[in-house]
Amino acid sequence: MSKQRKAIALISGGLDSMLAAKTIMEQGVHVEGINFFTGFCVEGHTHAIREKDKAKPKRNNSLWVAEQLGMKLHIVDVIEEYKNVLINPKHGYGAHMNPCLDCKIFMVNKAKQWIVENDFDFIITGEVIGQRPMSQRKATMPIVAKESGADDLLLRPLCAKNLPATLPEREGWVDREKLHDITGRSRKPQIAMAEQFGFDDYSQPAGGCCFLTDKSYSAKLVDLWKSQGHKEYQLDDVMLLKVGRHIRPQPNFKLIVAREEGEGRFLQGYKNEFISMISVSHRGPLALIDGTPSAEDLYLAAQITARFGQGRDAEQVEINVTMIDGSERTLQVKPIRDEDMPKAWYV
Amino acid sequence: MTIETLNARRLLCPLPVIRTQDKVKQLKVGDRLEVICTDPGVMQDIPAWCRINGHKVIEATAGNHEYTLLIEVGS
Repeated sequence: MSKQRKAIALISGGLDSMLAAKTIMEQGVHVEGINFFTGFCVEGHTHAIREKDKAKPKRNNSLWVAEQLGMKLHIVDVIEEYKNVLINPKHGYGAHMNPCLDCKIFMVNKAKQWIVENDFDFIITGEVIGQRPMSQRKATMPIVAKESGADDLLLRPLCAKNLPATLPEREGWVDREKLHDITGRSRKPQIAMAEQFGFDDYSQPAGGCCFLTDKSYSAKLVDLWKSQGHKEYQLDDVMLLKVGRHIRPQPNFKLIVAREEGEGRFLQGYKNEFISMISVSHRGPLALIDGTPSAEDLYLAAQITARFGQGRDAEQVEINVTMIDGSERTLQVKPIRDEDMPKAWYV
Repeated sequence: MTIETLNARRLLCPLPVIRTQDKVKQLKVGDRLEVICTDPGVMQDIPAWCRINGHKVIEATAGNHEYTLLIEVGS
C-alpha cells in the first residue's frame, strides 16, 4: 500500500488558498493549513477595535477556511522575523510599503522549514500567474520557489498546468491532470470552482489581507520611520497605526486621536506609555501624544484635542493632561479652528 | 487535572489564539485553560480553533469589556 502523502497549505483566509487546499485534498492527500501572523494582517483587528464594526461577524477567515475544509490550522507568530522582510526587502516594495515578493518567499521558506520539522512532503499555495502585479507573475513563480528553498516541493494547484511539473506531480503523489491552468486577474474561474465545491461564503479582500497594501496605513508607517530616524518597530507601534486620527503638527510629536468609543477604549490601554489628553469640560476623545513635545507643543496638542470634542466651538475647553509618570495637570485652551489645521498635519 | 490561566488582555486576534495554541501545547489531555481577553473576536476565533484541533470550550462569558473562555484540552 502506498504511503499517504502530506502537504501543508498556506492559508490566508481568502478564496484562492482555500481552493488550492481543497483541490489537493480531493486527491486523497492529507492537508493541514499554516497561517503566518506578521503584525500587518488585516484579519479581525480593525473590527475588534472600532465600535461601528461591532455588528459585523468577527471571524478569522483562515480559521473559518480550515473549519470549512475540515483540516487543522497552525497559526505561526512571525512578528520578529518579519521585520527584516519589511525593513530590507531584496525585491523592493509594491505600490505602497508592501514587500509582496519578499513576503511570499519568506512565508514559503517558513513552510519549507515546517515540513522538514513535521515530516510533511510538500507545500501548496493559492498563487495564480498574473493575479497580483508584484508577487504573482510568471517571472516571479520560479523566484519564489528557488529563493524560498522549496524548489520543486512547491505546488500551485490553481495554475500548475502552466508551470513545469513539480516533484509531487512527477512522483505521482498528485495527478497533474486534475490540477488547474488559471491565469490572470479575472476571478471567474475561482468563483466557478467555488460553486463546484459548494462554497458559497468566502472572503475576497480587494487589497489582499495585509495593511501594507493600504495607502493610508503605509503613509503612517513611513511617517513613523521618518520621525524616529530608523526603521525598527515594535508590534505596539504598528498596531497603533491602525487606530485613530494621526496628526503631526511638528516633527517632534504627533497626536493619535480616537475617532469613537471603541478606539478610545483601545487607546486607554496605552495610557501608561504615552502622554494622554482628554477634555473634562466637554465630552471628547482620548488623545495620545507620541514623541517629545515641549510645553508649547503640549498646549497646541490640547487645542487640537479640544477641536475633536463637543467643545469645538466653545471659547474655552479644559483639557486634562496625564504625563507618562502619572502626574496630571489641566490646561485651559481655545480649540484650534479648522482653518488653522493644515491638511499636511494629517498623516 | 491542571487548571491554568492565560492573560491575553489587550491582544488583538489572532494573537490570543496563537498564545492559546502555544499554551495548550504544554498541557495534557483533560487539563483546563482559562483565557482572559479584551478582543471580542475571541468569542468566534478560540471556539473555531478548538473545534479544528479537537479541544472543547467548556464555558465562554462576556462582561465589562472582557471575554473569558474555559477550554478543556482534547487529544
